Amino acid sequence: MTSSSLDIQRRSATPTTAPEARNPTEIAQLIDVSVCIGCKACQVACSEWNELRAEVGTCVGVYDNPTDLSSQAWTVMRFAEVEENGKLEWLIRKDGCMHCSDPGCLKACPTPGAIVQHKNGIVDFNQDLCIGCGYCVSGCPFNVPRLSPKDGKAYKCNMCSDRVAVGLEPACVKTCPTGAIQFGSKEDMKEVAATRVADLRSRGFDNAGLYDPPGVGGTHTLYVLHHADKPELYSGLPKDPSISAAVALWKGALKPLATLGIAAAGLFGFFHYITVGPNRADDDTHADAHADTQGEDRS
Amino acid sequence: MTDKVIQRYNAAERINHWIVAVCFVLLAISGLAFFYPAFFWLTGVFGTPELARIVHPFVGVVMAVAFGRQFFRYWHHNLLNREDIRWMLSVKEVMKGNEVGDIGRYNGGQKAMFWVMVLCVAALLGSGVIAWRPYFAASFPIPVIRIALLVHATSALALIASIIVHVYAALWVQGTIRAMVEGVVTHAWAKKHHPRWYREMTGKKL
Repeated sequence: MTSSSLDIQRRSATPTTAPEARNPTEIAQLIDVSVCIGCKACQVACSEWNELRAEVGTCVGVYDNPTDLSSQAWTVMRFAEVEENGKLEWLIRKDGCMHCSDPGCLKACPTPGAIVQHKNGIVDFNQDLCIGCGYCVSGCPFNVPRLSPKDGKAYKCNMCSDRVAVGLEPACVKTCPTGAIQFGSKEDMKEVAATRVADLRSRGFDNAGLYDPPGVGGTHTLYVLHHADKPELYSGLPKDPSISAAVALWKGALKPLATLGIAAAGLFGFFHYITVGPNRADDDTHADAHADTQGEDRS
Repeated sequence: MTDKVIQRYNAAERINHWIVAVCFVLLAISGLAFFYPAFFWLTGVFGTPELARIVHPFVGVVMAVAFGRQFFRYWHHNLLNREDIRWMLSVKEVMKGNEVGDIGRYNGGQKAMFWVMVLCVAALLGSGVIAWRPYFAASFPIPVIRIALLVHATSALALIASIIVHVYAALWVQGTIRAMVEGVVTHAWAKKHHPRWYREMTGKKL
């Protein structure tokens, strides 16, 4: 839920500009996958702070539980067992909203103000305005938003915008016992990431790097990955995510095209009528049709 | 009396047409609201935005079913022939109000309109089901839903533009509205716009 104490950068389905005067710092949460031990304290903290209770699941053979994001689970740990350089690696990624600079959910949303992007970078859903169309689910390049089966509205991680608004870090950051999740200005987080990447490279992870995909304008959830060249290893983190061409076309070029088409049809009809005039049957066949049309209300 | 008018659409056909028409107007208004942010307030046609989202697909199904009935009524009247191609090529002359060719029950433009409507409604139904939350969308992969949303919007806009032409044509060619309201047209109307159909209906020679 949006907190009014955060400045708005962008608002869904709102063609005009947001207030421009105040420009607070962009923030980011940095998730260092190489430091994560998969304890799920972040999941618990999220559930506790946001009053969410996913249904108790069953063991599916791996540690993933809940096995997917839902309206009651805004962040989940995903455990991937992969073989890299001849060694088994257990790659654990905290999945949730990436808080894109160019959010596909916000682009797709038809409802004014149901999705907002705060100036600090947080992308937030306003469930009170949400109509439950699910366009955000289709718009998101990361497959993050989920519709609630109870109220039909869309939910996802809001990076604890209520906490951030009063100067606190998100609940998951607060609780992480290894410091794998850090929070601060995006600039600072990139600096922290750079030292971590350098450290990983010195320890043999030549392709270590920061995941801040430019295809969505960068994100405000950042990952330090040991295999930044293969993000798919981390339970399908997309390699070069961007808003899908279909969504871009639907929300982009189609609008002016449609406006032109509809306006052309309407205007053509209007000007045709006032220039050519109506096509009357009884005008040119008046003489022999007279008997036929006699007594008609048109005469 | 029997000489004056010819029955063009019976009561069942008229009811069928107006069910489709009313559904279409409701769908177009709410659909444009979802498409154009500046017209979001048009969701008010169904009370609230969320109600519009919930009701729109159900109205869509009613329209598709009613239109399906029309398809089976009229498809065999709308098969294109040589005369229709001639009509289409001479559309400039037609626009000036001059008749072209020995037109039967429908002219080339009406037939083309029929098939455009068939294509659009079929595309709308298929894509609409794929994008329909919460019932069906979850069964389809997200990339498929994205295509469906694009197809839905595109075919809806094509249909809206076509319906504007459809309505205008009915207004322009005077005496046409009566065919779909009272069910009848005058002999003069039939003789001028659909001479072959006029002969078939009356057994008269022009």
